[in-house]
Amino acid sequence: MLKKLLIISVLIFLQGFNAYAGSDGENTLNKKKTEQITKTRDCFEKLNRATFSFNQGLDKTLLKPIAKGYRKLPEGVQTGTSNAVRNLSNLITIPNNVLQGDVKTAFVNTGRLLVNSTVGILGFVDVANKIGFPKYEREDYGQTLGKWGFGPGCYLVLPVLGPSTVRDTTGSFVNVLGGDPWYNASTHGNNEFLSEGIYLASKGISGIEFRANNIESLENLEKNSIDFYASIRSLYLQDRENKIKNLQRGNLEIIFEDDNGWEEIENK
Amino acid sequence: MKKVLILLVLFNLNLTNSFSIEADVFVQSTVNRAAETLSGGLTKEERMDELKSIALDTVDIRGIGFYSLGAHRKSASDEQKNEYEKVFTEYFLQSFSSRLAEYSNPIINVDSKKKINENYTIVSSTLAATDKRPAVKIDWRIYTKNKEQPLIRDLIIEGLSLARTQKEEFNSIILSADGDINALISKLRDFSNS
Repeated sequence: MLKKLLIISVLIFLQGFNAYAGSDGENTLNKKKTEQITKTRDCFEKLNRATFSFNQGLDKTLLKPIAKGYRKLPEGVQTGTSNAVRNLSNLITIPNNVLQGDVKTAFVNTGRLLVNSTVGILGFVDVANKIGFPKYEREDYGQTLGKWGFGPGCYLVLPVLGPSTVRDTTGSFVNVLGGDPWYNASTHGNNEFLSEGIYLASKGISGIEFRANNIESLENLEKNSIDFYASIRSLYLQDRENKIKNLQRGNLEIIFEDDNGWEEIENK
Repeated sequence: MKKVLILLVLFNLNLTNSFSIEADVFVQSTVNRAAETLSGGLTKEERMDELKSIALDTVDIRGIGFYSLGAHRKSASDEQKNEYEKVFTEYFLQSFSSRLAEYSNPIINVDSKKKINENYTIVSSTLAATDKRPAVKIDWRIYTKNKEQPLIRDLIIEGLSLARTQKEEFNSIILSADGDINALISKLRDFSNS
């Protein structure tokens, strides 16, 4: 009961933030589209920049060296680990498919989870992919809130975890408030095989894997940015926007998102 | 007389066609030119110079520069605009060549193209995977108003627009200096001189 109350309180808080963000005059209406594009405000920029610097220090001393070490592991180990972590993420994706009204994909992902967890030896082998299941797209509670019409609220940089928004942070809270079966089984499952440590390790591996896949691109971006913080913020927000709208590559909506700027140049 | 006229029209049409470049061919040839530069036995400095020359030929640097300035274009004086255009070009060439010079032998294959209107065609391509990273999807926004000389205006990497990212980065710098465009100009100049 207390948990439900907490969720409701957070959702109300989020809605309040959204309304606040919507009233500051920063919303722009692209006249060519019926949809309103909301600019995400960086309400706590000073604090965010300080946290960003802290995270960068942590990354340089800890995460990046670990990610480099991870990359030296045999390719089969890396692929297997990546598959297993992705398989676990199905446990969050499936309820979010349902909450977003995409029951068909929820069934497909349930099949994927069953096949990979059994035939695929706890998800280490992506059997579902080999036998022709459609491409897997992760979903989370932040995306579902976005789909339900909640705006991102303010941009946040969380210690250790990195870029987020008020909406996406709220979504992450839902995971530990009962929304993630993997978390529930690990921490409250009353079994000898799982523990909170295993849950945290799985999340840690997921972060290391992401970092290992992006070593060069992040180095390159940092070296060639005149404001690295602002570049990361922009990329994070674009990525979340695309994920919420389930936009695929080459989708004209992405490419012509901000076309008024180009049109003005055209007419100069 | 009619026949002569028809022949003249056909000849003219043929001449026009022979000079227009298809967007996908333009992207593939640009990519091949860059790959040749990167895989050849050039020194790093020679490579950077050659990449800058490729950018000058194929990218609408002026257009990207003014797009990146966003709403601040309107408040900039002519003097600031001229100075900005100068430093942005230097910044862009430096940044572009430095980013690409890191790749030793990139393999990019053009997958498809989609004509949006007379001014734009989107070309979709894939940067092949290596043992260090997975395959990367890259969409090219090609400005085709001048059919004989198409120009690159944006790269959308896995759905993330580089032009939009740069625009938001520049906006952040200008806003943190209370709307002073000179702060951005100074940062761009510092970058090029570093």
